[in-house]
Amino acid sequence: MASINQTGAGIRLPNFCNLGVMLRSLLVANLFVLAAALVRAPGLAAAWLEFQLLAAFCEPVLIVSLVALCAARRPLHRLSYVPALATIAAFEVALTWAAVRVGAEILPGRTLPFAHVALLTLFVTGCLLFYFDLRARALSPAVAEARIQALQARIRPHFLYNSINAVLALMRSDPPRAERALEDMADLFRVLMADNRSLTPITQEVELARQYLAIETIRLGERLRVSWRTETMPADALVPPMVLQPLVENAVYHGIEPSPTGGEIAIDISRAGGQLQMTLTNPYPAQNRHAPGNRMAIANIRERLQLHFDAEASMTSAESDGTYTVTIRMPYLTANA
Amino acid sequence: MSLATPEVPRILIADDEAPARQRLRDLLDECREAFPLAIVDEARNGREALGVLEREKVDVVLLDIRMPEMDGMEAARHIAGMAQPPAIIFTTAFDAYAIKAFEVNAIDYLLKPIRRERLLAALGKVRAGPAVSRQALEAAATAPRRHLSIHERGRIHLVAVSEILYLRAELKYVTVRTAEREFLVEESLQHLEEEFEPAFVRIHRNCLVAREAIAGFERNSEESESGWAVVIRATGEKLPVSRRQHHVVKQFK
Repeated sequence: MASINQTGAGIRLPNFCNLGVMLRSLLVANLFVLAAALVRAPGLAAAWLEFQLLAAFCEPVLIVSLVALCAARRPLHRLSYVPALATIAAFEVALTWAAVRVGAEILPGRTLPFAHVALLTLFVTGCLLFYFDLRARALSPAVAEARIQALQARIRPHFLYNSINAVLALMRSDPPRAERALEDMADLFRVLMADNRSLTPITQEVELARQYLAIETIRLGERLRVSWRTETMPADALVPPMVLQPLVENAVYHGIEPSPTGGEIAIDISRAGGQLQMTLTNPYPAQNRHAPGNRMAIANIRERLQLHFDAEASMTSAESDGTYTVTIRMPYLTANA
Repeated sequence: MSLATPEVPRILIADDEAPARQRLRDLLDECREAFPLAIVDEARNGREALGVLEREKVDVVLLDIRMPEMDGMEAARHIAGMAQPPAIIFTTAFDAYAIKAFEVNAIDYLLKPIRRERLLAALGKVRAGPAVSRQALEAAATAPRRHLSIHERGRIHLVAVSEILYLRAELKYVTVRTAEREFLVEESLQHLEEEFEPAFVRIHRNCLVAREAIAGFERNSEESESGWAVVIRATGEKLPVSRRQHHVVKQFK
């Protein structure tokens, strides 16, 4: 949900300049006017007259509203949802007040009570905005899917070039190892460039992380130590693609590279009831830290988890005594479920 | 290592990754025919590189930017303070900030994976052109140093910035005070202030004190214009606070 709220009112407010939105607004507002006329008038013929009279008052208000909202849609979309709603409501009340004053000038005999009309205007405006919001939500899976695609994890260019450099060195000293490294890199990039919108088996994620670590071990040698605990990992679990590898990459970048002696990355994947839990621990030396600003990977995974599982998944990180721990919990899903 | 004649350039390789060092060694071996050279040694970080420079005569350092313990940028700044500094060729796989800074300050670098032709060209250029200036390195630096260096008869003493109690400007030099002793460095107090802010705070026109080193404040109306002096942890020294910097006293209270 955060992903949607963070983008401001843009997603929940309609595009006021869209013809469909304008026509729907006109239709719905006029239906309300018709209903009001039917209630007020004693008979059908009188109701028609009453409708014409009310419409003469409402139509200018409606058209001015639509034109003004279309003109102001960019600043409105930049606001968050509630202030945007408040702004629109205030504008509509002000417009109604002006219309009531003008109406009193033109037709002194038939003055409309301001409070009454203002409440009706607010009611119609509220109904319309609520309807557009619902409609946007109904259509939002398409938006979410596009976002997931845009959020596909990206590997650090630093890793790519350093790995190629390391493989070049191996080509002379250890050609079979160079071959394996290139095979691992091919697999890694195949997944990176694949369509990563649907869930993938956890075994594949683990394999990918292992291949990534094999490449990094060429560069870092004994500085990089890894301990896996996957005894209780359910092999049939499905997870969003590229949730594990970016975390492992982060652990190498922040935990291992800055230290001359390196350290150990511990990866623990287990099932706890209906939940799948991944925990990753790495040293986080206080000295010699890499520049921060690489929280991107974490934010990216968090958003993808939300898009896939909404509130059912969580991701927490903690730092204490020079150790950094990331924990992901998500629903335990299988292909059959 | 090689039967090099004295005028052959002597090269030091500094990189934390073994395959990267091996690759440079292979490439340098291939360059030998076109460009006679000698490989003096290898270092795994900036600190080790400085150690080699104290022991050996080196003409060119191939210096990786990203290394643990002491990175290439900091090592280069200490090297630039030597009486006869070797030429530096930076190497990096991908450091967007560093590369930008190098471009702006006209500092040469090689991108990994390094090609033999590029390496040869860089070595040729080093022989022709002047060494990178200290000012250019200072301007290109993206992070503060973790050490100050004192150069004495070919030795490079490193003083950890975290151990410094205060820095005091004295004519041409700046006195660096640690709990154990004092050193003189040829730097400007203003540049040091800019680099190590906010770990150090200015208490006087000529004095920066490490925040960590401040034990407290004392009234001292005779020596100081503001009527206050900073008491230094570890040594117990009292340094006057100027009237202009009097707000520092309030900030700590």
